[in-house]
Amino acid sequence: MLPVLEDTKGQQALPSVVAANALRPVTAFAVIADDRARAIALFQEAGKVIAHPLCMNCHPAGDSPTQTERMQPHLPLVVRGADGHGAPGMMCATCHHAANYDIAGVPGHADWHLAPQSMGWQGRSLPQICEQIKDRARNGGRDMAALVQHMAEDSLVGWAWSPGAGRAPAPGTQAEFGALVRAWAAAGGDCPPP
Amino acid sequence: MAFQLKVNGQAHAVDAADDTPLLWVLRGNLGLTGTKFGCGIAQCGACTVFLDGKPLRSCSLPVAAVGEAEITTIEGLSGRESEAVQRAWVARDVPQCGYCQSGQVMSAVALLKAIKKPSDRDIDRAMNGNLCRCATYVRIRAAIHDAARALEG
Repeated sequence: MLPVLEDTKGQQALPSVVAANALRPVTAFAVIADDRARAIALFQEAGKVIAHPLCMNCHPAGDSPTQTERMQPHLPLVVRGADGHGAPGMMCATCHHAANYDIAGVPGHADWHLAPQSMGWQGRSLPQICEQIKDRARNGGRDMAALVQHMAEDSLVGWAWSPGAGRAPAPGTQAEFGALVRAWAAAGGDCPPP
Repeated sequence: MAFQLKVNGQAHAVDAADDTPLLWVLRGNLGLTGTKFGCGIAQCGACTVFLDGKPLRSCSLPVAAVGEAEITTIEGLSGRESEAVQRAWVARDVPQCGYCQSGQVMSAVALLKAIKKPSDRDIDRAMNGNLCRCATYVRIRAAIHDAARALEG
């Protein structure tokens, strides 16, 4: 059971102590009666995953991904190419195969690729990312339901919780992350103020 | 475990652990030593082969993942692009020590199959994962341009 603090108005507030690699459950946010405030709090919690280097590395603002928890430039210096799968002759799949291969230290997924440039997150604040991912002009035409499904079920997103040897997974689980995003959408999908 | 691999147009029965790098199988089991071990972590490109015609670092693929795919190594490389690249390489005396060159040739052929007349930028983007400690990069780029011109004729 997570510890619960009281806020200055005497109401229950969110648990204040959560392990660095954990996510607060959706139920912890039920104490926030106001929909907008709850949505913002839920998104900030989900932001622990969104802003994690394992996710950010393949959501670059420019043409090349980063790598490692320090978000160093990717070696070799690959580029996104026409469809996010690399340049002719040097595709993501040249090195990244269908599954993690710990012997070579190379992570893998059958559709390893970069997010589109319109979904570049690096250098943006969490409020900016929030507005960005809701914007159908930039998010690949996804409505809220499709956005939630992507976050909650996409197996490449899910790689962040099974990243292979030598990499710390993203906080929580994809199911917990998906539940937070689903609850955020259900509460109105408001974004944190800039 | 036993695997049936299709390499350079021939079927090979191989006995190897599932997680053995394809590179080790090519070199150790099949004796195809033209493909080189450089880094073992997909950072240098010396181990580049084709998997169903697409370039691939054979150090970062376990043999169990090959399945029915056709593997082509430097020993089995053929076709117009391959011949043009090999002629250009010889004409320019591209190699110095030569260790990385089979990987360089594989990537150059892959590039020319994808882009008939690559720009300097295309070449840099396709080839920057193939390291050369002799720094033959200028000759590599020139030879790729030569090969592209030869293929136009």
